[in-house]
Amino acid sequence: MSYKLTADHVNVWYGNFHALKDISIRIRPNTVTAFIGPSGCGKSTFLRLINRMNDYIDGFRMDGHILIDEKNIYAKRVRVEELRKEVGMVFQKPNPFPKTIFDNVVYGLTIRGVKDKHTLEEACESSLRQAALWDEVKDNLKKSALALSGGQQQRLCIARTLAVKPTVILMDEPASALDPISTAKIEELIAELKQHYTIIIVTHNMQQAARISDRTAFFYLGELVEFDTTVNIFTAPKEEKTQSYITGRFG
Amino acid sequence: MNNRLKNNLFKYWAITCTLFGIAMLLIFLINIVIDGVGRLDWNFITDLPSRKPELAGIYTAIMGTVWILGLTAIIAIPIGVAAGIYLEEYGKKSRFANILEINITNLAGIPSIIYGILGLEVFVRMFGLGNSVIAGALTLSLLILPIIIVATREAIKAVPKTIREASFALGATKWQTISQQILPAAGGGVVTGVILALSRAIGETAPLIVVGALTYVPFVPQSPMDQYSVLPMQIFNWISRPEKEFATNAAAAIIVLLLITFIMNGFAIYLRNRWQKKVKW
Repeated sequence: MSYKLTADHVNVWYGNFHALKDISIRIRPNTVTAFIGPSGCGKSTFLRLINRMNDYIDGFRMDGHILIDEKNIYAKRVRVEELRKEVGMVFQKPNPFPKTIFDNVVYGLTIRGVKDKHTLEEACESSLRQAALWDEVKDNLKKSALALSGGQQQRLCIARTLAVKPTVILMDEPASALDPISTAKIEELIAELKQHYTIIIVTHNMQQAARISDRTAFFYLGELVEFDTTVNIFTAPKEEKTQSYITGRFG
Repeated sequence: MNNRLKNNLFKYWAITCTLFGIAMLLIFLINIVIDGVGRLDWNFITDLPSRKPELAGIYTAIMGTVWILGLTAIIAIPIGVAAGIYLEEYGKKSRFANILEINITNLAGIPSIIYGILGLEVFVRMFGLGNSVIAGALTLSLLILPIIIVATREAIKAVPKTIREASFALGATKWQTISQQILPAAGGGVVTGVILALSRAIGETAPLIVVGALTYVPFVPQSPMDQYSVLPMQIFNWISRPEKEFATNAAAAIIVLLLITFIMNGFAIYLRNRWQKKVKW
């Protein structure tokens, strides 16, 4: 079985700060991978490497390789706009555009020159259905996205990401700003989406990682301490640091 | 007790200061209205200037103001907004941008007559534009550019970073992100800044005296190369006349100028509110 994503001896610096140290990891398609670890451990930095969102940060430098479908995404000829069609991202705080629900969902298509109204409407409906939001908003597609609740906004952001048909979805603590019911909906959704997408999720919530992920990676001080099946990480970690983190002895 | 006393003292001091400012403005307004409102009628607005105060009108001055303001807007808005976008979005980190930034902030504080002298040297003489509408508009454009640039930057800064990230993460290019997300969201602030800058330009006299606006123009400009007068120039001219009737004319013209400024400011506030309703964070 081939790997969707391969990271090979990746190092990242912000100025003089060595943020990620020699990370190597391989992720299979159609799985959910959780990144856990205390604040500042580098899990978000690593996540944002995968769609090159760190490119905008002052003093960012990296070496090593990250491959998606065997292709180096940091190669010179790679256009980030193309990469981000392949790799979507959902952020910590719901960040809908101050536009209508419809315009939010199809933004990724219109910027790529899709104009046909029928195509856009179809994409809008199917994305909203996949994100389990269609029934709640189908009569209000022309309403401002900002009128939705926080949980709905986050599902809208997921729908917006799905509309461009990525194969990998990165989620940076997607439920940390939401109430328990909305969180449960997002988690259900992740389980559904797994069938079609490769999902990588950063989370602070260890129960969440245990509930939704197939494999879990534990980061600490910029190093990948342990990467194994979620069951093993939470029941039989090999590393002492993992053990003390998941049992709550530090964090 | 002592703290409470200080607390109250300061409160009343602040109220007094506020009232002082408002009272001064009111006295001025009431004075002007008493002096000038009787002179205001439709003929005053549509009449050409004249040596006889009772026949003189402000038609050419108003049309000159419209010309100057229109051209200033056409020149200053695209340049100012584009410069603001550059400084905020593209040139943020470079040393060059830092130097530009300091200079623009300083420019906003330079007395307007200095801009007049600059305009005289560069536009009137070097470019040979003479004392034409276009030379005046270019000079006023320089004057309000810093205001527009600063307002554009502030408006762009107020757009949350998360919007930018969301747009990039969906594969938008920088220009798509700026044109489709940031500018529409920042539009209210930009428009407000532009209108306030223009209402500053409408009242400027000093730089236009230097670049050669006329005080007596019996015709309306037909092209950007024509000579012109503007409302503040007309007011300045009438006030410096010895006849008392011209002072009344000046007061009436001041009312017109104030009305235009109030309307522009009111329009700016209206646009800002409308935009805020549309774009809520």
